Amino acid sequence: MSKYRKKSGSGTPEVSTASLPDIVFMLLFFFMTVTVMKDDVLQVANELPNATEIKKLEKKDRLITIYIGEPSEKWKDMVGSEPKIQVGDKFIEVHEVGAYVLGKIEEKLEHIRPFVTVVLKVDRKASMGLVSDVKEELRKVNALKINYITYEGDGFLNLKN
Amino acid sequence: MIDRNEVPKVNAGSMADIAFLLLIFFLVTTSIETDAGISRMLPKLPDKTNKPAVKLERNILRVSINASGELMVDNKVIPITELKSQTIAFLDNGGASQSEEGYCNYCQGQRDAKSSESPQEAVVSLSSDRQTSYGTYITVQNELAAAYNTLRNREAQRLYKIDFTEMEALYKNSETPIASKALWKQRIKKMKNLFPMKLSEAELK
Repeated sequence: MSKYRKKSGSGTPEVSTASLPDIVFMLLFFFMTVTVMKDDVLQVANELPNATEIKKLEKKDRLITIYIGEPSEKWKDMVGSEPKIQVGDKFIEVHEVGAYVLGKIEEKLEHIRPFVTVVLKVDRKASMGLVSDVKEELRKVNALKINYITYEGDGFLNLKN
Repeated sequence: MIDRNEVPKVNAGSMADIAFLLLIFFLVTTSIETDAGISRMLPKLPDKTNKPAVKLERNILRVSINASGELMVDNKVIPITELKSQTIAFLDNGGASQSEEGYCNYCQGQRDAKSSESPQEAVVSLSSDRQTSYGTYITVQNELAAAYNTLRNREAQRLYKIDFTEMEALYKNSETPIASKALWKQRIKKMKNLFPMKLSEAELK
């Protein structure tokens, strides 16, 4: 009996932390599997609009992303504050869009080339003029599948400033 | 004395710290991307062989957005909230009479002789200004898509007791067995034929 009594007297028992690494590893693997590496650093404002009638884009390997928006603070001094087109890590002009998209399609595997979708991530304050110029360029190179990326939400929120 | 046969134990106490470091690295460098949006097909560039089809004025719903985001539908200024119901009324009109070709037997609209003949003929023409904000444009696109989806949902409910949008989700889902995917594909196609989306966008001035 004396054996048991000795323990009960000395305060609260310590919680074992031996399984802590396992828990952390589990979290680590979760994040490693569910997340994708950011491939572009945003240089333009990119507050996407909201919409309800949207579809998820499942196959990431067949997407080409084009960002449109006002250059962010850091870049304003260099390129001005008019909305700009960003692809990869650089700004391009409207007439360069076609060549860029064709180059990107060329990089894809041959069997997915017909299914390539151009993804437009456009800031909701940008004007339609630039967007429609880009669409016209895409038509010229026959990249006809496009997707306007939006957040899921009430579309009427876009109308407020 | 030190026992030379025994392998010295490595202290694993810092394992958690290393794992935390990695975890934080991944948390910071990665982002869960927003990859959903409105899909559209751009029209092919016109060439000499395909001339633009001439449509009757009654089969065209003219939607235009001006620079300050105001909406005009068929020469009347309306709030954007009414666009969906107007579009539904236009698409679902089914103005062709029973004896005519292209009579729409599933339409539930007004059968107005001034509005569209059938959903197959009906075209929505969208024009915007260069100064129109992209947000407004997406709202309008969204409302138009909502109008089509509402009508397709209604017909899918009538024929198959399931929403059109739900069928699309089932078709896209990788867990759906291939056999039933073929069925969904066929049904989706049928729904799209009942209310084909004909959206034409004018070039901006």
